[in-house]
Amino acid sequence: MKQPQLLDEEKVFKDPVHSYVHVRDKLIWDLINSAEFQRLRRIRQLGTSFFTFHGGEHSRFNHSLGVYEIMRRILETFEGRIHLSYEEKLLCLCAALLHDVGHGPFSHSFEKVFRYHHEDWTRAILQGDTQINRILKRMGEDFPKRVAEVIAKTYDNKLIVSLISSQIDADRMDYLLRDAYYTGVNYGNFEIERILRVMRPGEDGIVFKYSGMHAVEDYIMSRYQMYWQVYFHPVTRSAEVVLRKIFQRAKELFLQGFPFRQEPTLLLPFLNEQVELADYLSLDESVILFYMQLWRNENDAVLKDLCARFLDRNLFKYVEYNPRDFRLLADLKELFQSADIDPAYYLEVDTTSDLPYDFYRAGEDEERIPIMLVMPSGELTELSEKSEIVQAISGKRRFDYKLYFPMDKVMALPEELSGKIRDRLGVMEDA
Amino acid sequence: MLRRHAKIIRLIETVGEVSGRKKLQKMVYIAKHLDMDFDERFEFHMYGPYSEELTLRVDELCNMGLLDEQVETKGAIHMYRYTLNDTGRDFLRFHEVDFGLGEQAIRRMNEENSRFLELVSTILYFNHLPYEEMKAKIFTFKSKQRYTEEEIQKGLAFIEELRELTKAGHTPLI
Repeated sequence: MKQPQLLDEEKVFKDPVHSYVHVRDKLIWDLINSAEFQRLRRIRQLGTSFFTFHGGEHSRFNHSLGVYEIMRRILETFEGRIHLSYEEKLLCLCAALLHDVGHGPFSHSFEKVFRYHHEDWTRAILQGDTQINRILKRMGEDFPKRVAEVIAKTYDNKLIVSLISSQIDADRMDYLLRDAYYTGVNYGNFEIERILRVMRPGEDGIVFKYSGMHAVEDYIMSRYQMYWQVYFHPVTRSAEVVLRKIFQRAKELFLQGFPFRQEPTLLLPFLNEQVELADYLSLDESVILFYMQLWRNENDAVLKDLCARFLDRNLFKYVEYNPRDFRLLADLKELFQSADIDPAYYLEVDTTSDLPYDFYRAGEDEERIPIMLVMPSGELTELSEKSEIVQAISGKRRFDYKLYFPMDKVMALPEELSGKIRDRLGVMEDA
Repeated sequence: MLRRHAKIIRLIETVGEVSGRKKLQKMVYIAKHLDMDFDERFEFHMYGPYSEELTLRVDELCNMGLLDEQVETKGAIHMYRYTLNDTGRDFLRFHEVDFGLGEQAIRRMNEENSRFLELVSTILYFNHLPYEEMKAKIFTFKSKQRYTEEEIQKGLAFIEELRELTKAGHTPLI
């Protein structure tokens, strides 16, 4: 067994959510200082939400440290209740710290256009030729692979996997608290201290003492509120639409052989669909914003307009959309074309399934393991069977469809055409 | 615009009916591996690769009134059947989706049961691993399903069959 390699003295990071993040293991300290982990400082946790909530500028670096800290505290809670070796504890801590290391810039939109999944890059970073891989290998040749398996949920110890990926895990607990803190909303708050105190190791994953049910209810409610109030905010979604259209336009122009005034060198591997790990790691949000600054002076009217919209926060407006009204979309497409506004870039329906809503479900399709309570008798009961509050919101679908368009462009059209479009959209004045 | 929705509807139209949520999940996952243009992101869950996005999209399609969902209950087991209705067919008139040769693979998948498709999708999920390691993963994660090595071989042969079906130049058997 590998011997613990501890730092001479504990290091701490001041953190607004957890007060302090404590580091005692040399391996964790070295991982934090690796180039691939430091890159997360340049990737925002909430993508485009800062357009709506200006405080929401925190990074994936902050969040990753927070998940690590929650995991460290869970392991403390488990002391004396279950035996985990030093190596297994370190496996949990590394998985918590590195679970998001494969995220790219504005990953939600970027991944959709360039067709990749950040999870694959996480695996590549852990197992490829990287500083992180070399640090992890100090625990054994197969340690990087084991960390990757925990993150990908394919590790054979279900308890360890559930600590990082389940319906109430270290990742979700940190992002709800952190996103609430930085956006300045109150909805995301719940009593994490109480949750950690009532968390217990179970056979198939973590379970919670019945006496702590109200703290778990609070967590479920926070999750519900954060989704509808923060993550699904229509302005944030508008920024995502504009961003997607920028990437889509850049790709389209590249495929047409458009002569960019300055070659987008760092994006070429993505445009050519031949991305190596080093190419991926050289990308961050500052790179994307740099190209947007260049593109706002490009010779293509669509690309320059979209980039200026994003950088100056002149986003698309929206109206509620009835998804059964197929004719409306077809009519609007025609009207936009006749107005010389390309509907492929300036008209978009955004639906709730474009940003999966992570609602609590009692496992009706048996794919997600529900939250289990340990009753005083020792029996396990699913949360919504005991909690009326959770029962009221679990598994309830809410749908939301919005149609995004550039109101300023519509308003600038000749009155007759503008009127026709606004009439179909149901907006008669500049909103 | 709504193209991601249209692809799911088109898949259901291709086979007429899909019996079971799990089956639909596995069909889309396998189709993605055959280079069919589905966008849903999959992760490893209890029954192999599973997409929350797909679950939501199907819910949405039912809510939009484009798909019909019938639930059959046998004891504690719920079986969901998905079919396309007239509104869904109307929707497809505005959203052209062509799977090309992939349609034959979709029909072929629908002939199999969800237990077998669960095995096939799990094989594909661990396809990057050496055979022995992949087999060990299946036996570990799918212990309740009690798959045999013979079934794994059948699953691998099935994947080859689907790949053949989607290859250009393949003549469909009518």
